[in-house]
Amino acid sequence: MRKDYKLAKRKYVIGGIVLIVACIYIVRLFSLQVLNDDYKQYADGNAFLKRTQYPSRGLIYDRNGKLLVFNQPAYDVMMIVREVKPFDTLDFCNTLGITRKQFNKRMADMKNPRLNPGYSSYTPQTFMTQLSAQDYGRLQEKLYRFPGIFIQNRMLRQYPYPVAANVLGNIREVSPRDIENDDYYKRGDYTGDLGVERSYESFLRGEKGVEILLRDAHGRIKGRYEDGRYDVAPVSGKNLKLSIDVELQAYGEKLMQNKIGAIVAIEPSTGEILAMVSSPTYDPSMLVGRERGKNYSKLNKDKYKPLYDRSLMAAYPPGSTFKPTQGLIFLNEGIITEHTMYPCYHGFISGGLRVGCHGHASPLSLMPALQTSCNAFFCYGLRSMIDNRKKYKSAAEAFNIWKDYLVSMGYGYRLGVDVPGESRGFIPNSQYYSGIYGENRWSALTIISVAIGQGEVLATPLQIANLSATIANRGYYYTPHLVREIQDTTISAEFTTPKHTMVDSHYYDYVVEGMRMAVTGGTCRIGAIPGIEVCGKTGTAQNPHGRDHSAFMGFAPKDNPKIAIAVYVENAGFGATYGVPIGSLMMEMYLNRKIAPERKYLEERMLQSNTIIYSGVEKH
Amino acid sequence: MVSRSTNIWRSVDWVTIVLYLVLVLCGWVSIYAASYDFDNASIFDFAERSGKQLIWIGLSIVLAFMILMVDFRVYETYAYLFYGIIVLLLVATIFLAPDIKGSHSWLVLGPVSLQPAEFAKFATALALARSFGTYGFSLKKRGDLLRVVLLILLPIVLIIAQRETGSALVFVSLIFVLYREGLSGLFLFYGLCAIVYFVVAVKYSGEMWGAVAVGEVLVFILILLVVAGMLLFYQKNEKAARYLMLGYLAVSAVCGALFYFDVPVNLLYVCVGATVATVIYLLVLYFSSRSLRILTILATAVVSVAFLFSVDYAFNDVLEPHQQKRIKVALGMEEDLRGAGYNVNQSKIAIGSGGFWGKGFLNGTQTKLRYVPEQDTDFIFCTIGEEEGFWGAAGVILLFVTLIFRLMVIGERQHSAFGRVYAYCVVSILFFHLAVNVGMVIGLCPVIGIPLPFFSYGGSSLWGFTILLFVLLRIDASRAERH
Repeated sequence: MRKDYKLAKRKYVIGGIVLIVACIYIVRLFSLQVLNDDYKQYADGNAFLKRTQYPSRGLIYDRNGKLLVFNQPAYDVMMIVREVKPFDTLDFCNTLGITRKQFNKRMADMKNPRLNPGYSSYTPQTFMTQLSAQDYGRLQEKLYRFPGIFIQNRMLRQYPYPVAANVLGNIREVSPRDIENDDYYKRGDYTGDLGVERSYESFLRGEKGVEILLRDAHGRIKGRYEDGRYDVAPVSGKNLKLSIDVELQAYGEKLMQNKIGAIVAIEPSTGEILAMVSSPTYDPSMLVGRERGKNYSKLNKDKYKPLYDRSLMAAYPPGSTFKPTQGLIFLNEGIITEHTMYPCYHGFISGGLRVGCHGHASPLSLMPALQTSCNAFFCYGLRSMIDNRKKYKSAAEAFNIWKDYLVSMGYGYRLGVDVPGESRGFIPNSQYYSGIYGENRWSALTIISVAIGQGEVLATPLQIANLSATIANRGYYYTPHLVREIQDTTISAEFTTPKHTMVDSHYYDYVVEGMRMAVTGGTCRIGAIPGIEVCGKTGTAQNPHGRDHSAFMGFAPKDNPKIAIAVYVENAGFGATYGVPIGSLMMEMYLNRKIAPERKYLEERMLQSNTIIYSGVEKH
Repeated sequence: MVSRSTNIWRSVDWVTIVLYLVLVLCGWVSIYAASYDFDNASIFDFAERSGKQLIWIGLSIVLAFMILMVDFRVYETYAYLFYGIIVLLLVATIFLAPDIKGSHSWLVLGPVSLQPAEFAKFATALALARSFGTYGFSLKKRGDLLRVVLLILLPIVLIIAQRETGSALVFVSLIFVLYREGLSGLFLFYGLCAIVYFVVAVKYSGEMWGAVAVGEVLVFILILLVVAGMLLFYQKNEKAARYLMLGYLAVSAVCGALFYFDVPVNLLYVCVGATVATVIYLLVLYFSSRSLRILTILATAVVSVAFLFSVDYAFNDVLEPHQQKRIKVALGMEEDLRGAGYNVNQSKIAIGSGGFWGKGFLNGTQTKLRYVPEQDTDFIFCTIGEEEGFWGAAGVILLFVTLIFRLMVIGERQHSAFGRVYAYCVVSILFFHLAVNVGMVIGLCPVIGIPLPFFSYGGSSLWGFTILLFVLLRIDASRAERH
């Protein structure tokens, strides 16, 4: 019996083994089910086919509600690589109109994790985008022969007006970089490129939806998961209402044909951009569909750089359009009064330095100086300010104050317009000159040409137009912007807050009067519009690229102005020859919706003229 | 007879019956969940597997009732007869059974097909119990031991001949019964060693240190350590164990030094040398003490080395390619997600995606969409893991452990060796099924196609376990009547 008792103890060994195994298994279960999350994802990847539902992109209207951009269906060929079974590649290629080589390349590109970071053989991948309606029809019929391949509907942009390409921008397929930077994007998605399509991308694109389908082990769809309870419907993109007046924009582009340059028109009371023309330009439809790549590189190689938006990317010497700023600064600093007279002997002469001028009465005060665009007056003014050792300790201090005024008028920094690519122009500060000439080694005479908008200063047509709006408003501006309304959203407060310059409002009246006089009896006479009090200032900017640039800045009507404008035509000569006619025609068209018969000849002259031949760009 | 049949309901072990009913019910519901299709709804639909299983369950309960009604002496008296019949059936099956997925284990009788191997478990258990119950039986007698071993080996051989290796392996678990009845614990230890050596040797067979496979060297080290450990714990010769360990350390130090000075060392030769030295030392010990235990240790060392050198051969030439693959998958040496590894991978995904609380009854996507093959038979544990989560899966394991422990209690309270041995047979078989089935589903064992008792779909399996269990309950109910 003693021995039996000993053996009975062995039940503990057997029980122990059972317990140990059970414990090991329970620990394993715990690690599989509770500690490890991977399996849940694998399971979802197994069972759920998540089909993206694309939202329709927001539409774009002009300020009067005219449709500028809408959507048109297009078809993408999608592929779930794991489900693709060997098929007749030749037939497939013929249907899509591609070669075997292109097919192989597309497959390789699709699977390349550098080009397509989101690649997975389990999820739908874009094989080819934007099938034509014909190819779509042919493929649709044969689709059953190509397992794992399906067609996805997408939207392409369409443009009823062939204008404003620089404003609208376009859409392109996302790059690997876009996909990396923003989780929203998958390969084959579209994103805005340039213009408001780019800057308002987050509003326009909407939100993708997803339809969750159940897929069994053989890849068959077994219906919707939980009857679609977890599906997410796509949310359409927000519509945009631009501040652009499409007819004015089209008119501007027409006037600028065969010319290089830009027009920017702003509504002074709101900062809304009425027209923003860059010339030469292109039809926005060129960058749509399968021809996009080809056309894009063509535009990119074009020596006149149509993709370069001169209205806000180009920094030009502002020339005489800069003079009103000088008058305002001198008045506000007490350097001059409206009665202060300076002499002009066909120019400003000091020591060996001479800045030429043209024939007019002398001496003269601010308003006639603006009227006649006298160089000497503003050179004297600048010298009186910079070399004024009673008021300022040094030329540097005086110059920095001068610079601050200009910055407050919107020069020297980006204005913050709501499209990408804006240039900041250039307004030097005292360090800049000290860097060149040495500290205290320079004076007004060293830098005298900035007084007439030459020398180092540079401004974009947008900044010049904004200056015009500031003068029209007598001392403040709203940040110029292109989007007036976003559906269900308010536009940024940045665009609805006035920004005051450092110059007292009442000084503006003298400048306005001077600019009015330039139209009634000065350099802008040709810009007079019957029945409208136009104010203007010409500009003729010397530049190292050949003939002078022709510029104009103005607004109308003088009281309660509705439009402020800047025109810049490269290498077109005097401001009065191209700048003034184009600027005044634009204002007339905007205010009267037609051109007076007696000014038709001017319109005709502008339409017929060609200044591109004088440009520094090598001829074709 | 009448008085006894009323008696039986008082003396029968109701705890086991309740556990049995709970398990069978859970199994039935799981089969419904596993074979559930979006198109059909009813759990009672007899065209579906859940409906068919309900018929099997009903028949099982009738069967259980009948078993309880029969006089308990019948089982002991006719144990060898049952065994004989089953052996004949097994032999017949080899020749009569059609080829179903490569196995010849199903006897098709009109609309019903039966798997005799499922009933061989019961018959073997009964015959084994009968042997042990014979007056004067002792494992110490060579003839008795031989008879017992033959009783176990015969069905193994016949079932392997049917190409149902998994079912054949179940009989190996009966070693626990022999252990309980007095077989030296060394054999359990040897079993464990054999598994560990095999796993280590196979798993590290591909990695090389110079010209030597890492696996072989590691197993040699294990063998040497086991010898030293046996000297210490089995022979209780502390001094000898210490000398041996010092010798090993010295050899390791020399090897380390040689490595340090970049002298190439063939570790396999070192290991063989160390083993030969150990064997010589053991011989010296034997001739000085004449202890049988030393001889046992000596034999262990020699057999272990022989085992090691046969592992390669056994793995590559005895096992079939699909078996080799399954072992490699379980050891994590291969993934092969589309082939041998597919089942296990999908099964791990299904279970792993269940989380703590599970996805809810009938909400498992992996099982519903048929990602796991054999999910209502061998892989049914997946369905539980996915839909009922960790608590459900662990609960099922605990339920089984409770049943096993209850059966051990029943076994220990038997007055006869017959009853006790039979009980331990049931315990061993249930435990083996549980360990191997759940182990393969959670990726800890190679895939061996044996069902989860009471859960997996199929009449033969359910009937086999029902008979196994209720015969025990019948014997237990009358345990007081014999003496």
